[in-house]
Amino acid sequence: MKEVSVLVGGKAGDGINSAGAMVARLLSRLGYRIYLYFDYPSLIRGGHNFAIVRGADTAIGTCGTKVDFILALDQECMERHRNAQKPDTAVIFNRDLVKSGGQGISIREILAAEEAPGIMGNSAIIGGFARAAGIEWETLVKVFSSHIPKGTDQNIRVARRAYDMLSTVRPVEPCPGQPLPLLTGNEAIGLGMVSGGLDAYVSYPMTPSSSLLHFLAGEQEKLGITVIHPENEIAVILMALGFAAAGKRSAVGTSGGGFCLMTEGLSLAGMAELPVVILMSQRTGPSTGLPTYTGQADLLFVLHAGQGEFPRLIVAPGTTEEALYWSAAAMNIAGEFQIPAFILSDKTFSEGTYSTDLSAVPLIPQGNSAAWDRSSPYRRYADTPSGISPIASFGTGGAVVKVNSYAHDEAGITTEEGPIVELMAKKRLRKNEGLAAAMSRYPQVDISGARTATVALLCWGSTAGVCREVAGRLGLRVVRPVVLSPFPKDPLMTALEGAGTIIAVEENATAQLAVLAGQHGIVCAGRVLRYDGRPFTPEDLEMRLREVLP
Amino acid sequence: MTVRPLITDAKNTWCPGCGNFSIQHALKDVLAGMEKDGRSLDNVVLVTGIGCHAKIADYLNINSFYAIHGRTLPVATGIKLANPDLTVICCAGDGDCYAEGLDHLIFAAKRNIDLTVIVHNNRVYGLTTGQYTPTSPRGFKGKSTPGGTGEDPFNPVALMLASGATSVARGYTKKIDLLRTLIRDGIDHKGFAFIDVLQICATFFPVAEYYTPRVYELTGNDHTDFEAACINAREWDYSGDAPIALGTFYRKTAPVFGGNLPSRNLNTPEREQAVRDILSKMT
Repeated sequence: MKEVSVLVGGKAGDGINSAGAMVARLLSRLGYRIYLYFDYPSLIRGGHNFAIVRGADTAIGTCGTKVDFILALDQECMERHRNAQKPDTAVIFNRDLVKSGGQGISIREILAAEEAPGIMGNSAIIGGFARAAGIEWETLVKVFSSHIPKGTDQNIRVARRAYDMLSTVRPVEPCPGQPLPLLTGNEAIGLGMVSGGLDAYVSYPMTPSSSLLHFLAGEQEKLGITVIHPENEIAVILMALGFAAAGKRSAVGTSGGGFCLMTEGLSLAGMAELPVVILMSQRTGPSTGLPTYTGQADLLFVLHAGQGEFPRLIVAPGTTEEALYWSAAAMNIAGEFQIPAFILSDKTFSEGTYSTDLSAVPLIPQGNSAAWDRSSPYRRYADTPSGISPIASFGTGGAVVKVNSYAHDEAGITTEEGPIVELMAKKRLRKNEGLAAAMSRYPQVDISGARTATVALLCWGSTAGVCREVAGRLGLRVVRPVVLSPFPKDPLMTALEGAGTIIAVEENATAQLAVLAGQHGIVCAGRVLRYDGRPFTPEDLEMRLREVLP
Repeated sequence: MTVRPLITDAKNTWCPGCGNFSIQHALKDVLAGMEKDGRSLDNVVLVTGIGCHAKIADYLNINSFYAIHGRTLPVATGIKLANPDLTVICCAGDGDCYAEGLDHLIFAAKRNIDLTVIVHNNRVYGLTTGQYTPTSPRGFKGKSTPGGTGEDPFNPVALMLASGATSVARGYTKKIDLLRTLIRDGIDHKGFAFIDVLQICATFFPVAEYYTPRVYELTGNDHTDFEAACINAREWDYSGDAPIALGTFYRKTAPVFGGNLPSRNLNTPEREQAVRDILSKMT
């Protein structure tokens, strides 16, 4: 595999994420497929931020610990990432603040010469990188012109000064591929939701879901959607259910703590049979945990959250192509079955940036919407063979629509009569059967690596990329359910056929997918778990797997 | 448009003498009046919380969202934002809206969402059989406070004024003509209309003998005078012996929430094009 990795680091507030994004765009223009990992502590200024941009000639979803370039905006970057250096790593640094071997530039002097503000310092370091990597000047100009809306020319002049000061020490050869769109997981989820008919997105800020709120709020005019940030997560999900009852497709986004507050609303969605899509982007828990780091410890929580029994869809995309597809599908499925649907993500996926091959996104199956045939009187919870009641929303002429959180009869009037309570419970749960049948039209389980290998890694969500890569090196099979509820037992069994040894790879301490799979008779012989808030790197996953491989 | 019976077949389970009957009658009369004025009740939605008050969702034959305890306002806000043509009325309880869901009440007032909130303020939890609420008088002896509460009630009228409500009123279940007027005015108000209704709980807090001699109707007060409204609101503190003002304390016109939101609904091809346009800029 042809590849290149670049680490850019500095203080929080230095704009490290945008510097990383610019490096990613440069490499993308050279035809590389990109993965960008952004690491930052939970603070606004000070502290160390870094981004690792990795480009390869094939699709990737992880980055290693060793890099080919270090772009250091401060001394701490050099100290912290000593282990990232190889003998031939090229270092480009700000010599106003950093002492290092490699090529230094004085950002202060460059900015002074161009009378440019401090915020343009990143353009100098990127200009320096472009020269060190032998990237043509025109490529940089194109990237800057497309992505710096204000002060474009001044930024280009700043970059040019650094470009002219340095020499090409580690040329990066172009790849034959065409540049692909670079999307974060959350952006792919948001665009997928919109493709699935999103009318309203309601969210209270919480890392790592907030970037979806920001993205959709910024694009709401273009996309023709309503975006609301209310007083708390309780209000978030109830507003979304209000939208749903009035006939609009709604979605919410949060992380574990916020989702705790949403659980009474989730249960209401189950009882009142209202569709809502919930982005649950996990971070390290319990409680406040590590707000800006990753984890996969909420699978069983999401699976069981909310009092009572009701159907739910849970999908965990592991690539941005899957996120585009499944977020749209989740909107459709929630609407068709009048149920809550989860998109289960995590910090790594939500905030990671990925080259996205739109041609690899399959067409989304369209569901059937059960419209009211105007037979009178309207009964919101009419019992049907599928359990799905014809839908009329508030404001429909001639319909009295009664939505109810209490046990209710078919008309939506509260009841405590045992036989009706049982009838309606059966009606709701019957939707599970149709849901499971509908899911067979979808690619529920992904297989990668050596497809016939007798050792299979069982993983989910954001570890897709790292598992695929390491499995490729070690000759293992990777089986990854994208749908987690209803549990895709049959396709999973098929995918695992001939795999004598199954090893669960998860970013939690109790192997939650292995526990869930075990309930369906799929037994994992080994468990490789990481739960320090950091995603697996290919190096540490390979080392850990070698310890347990038969 | 059909003239519909406004009461459902659901069996009524309020206690004899319950103040909820008065609120239901007043609201029903207002709805009938709206229909007579040519407004379709298909475009009216009632949102309730959980508690004795909330049974009104089962009893009135109009669109309803029988929500969960304390959460009338966010549900109602979502409905109103989804379809601004709907008239959205919340019936909430005092435990419901002043305890469990107080944050939503304050924020709904703050953002001036165009809703009407009728609080069935019987100053006791009825359905959970007699505990104190945020508006029970100091010393109230309930099942959770057998020695009497050690805290003062808060004053919801003053609270709503402080929170930015653009229409603030108080009614009483034994003054049904006034109650009807207040509800109708609240519905006609473009913005957040709050009505605290002193309601008799026949079983756990039957205090008509306390209210009836003390209540009086505000007349001639300038509804736009905020300072006067605050003085009137503080006259009675929901605990001691003082005259109890009924009627409209305050009303002003202000921009309603949602007016600045993009409301353009895209059809499917437009939506797909918008997504493609955004994707094309992300290379």
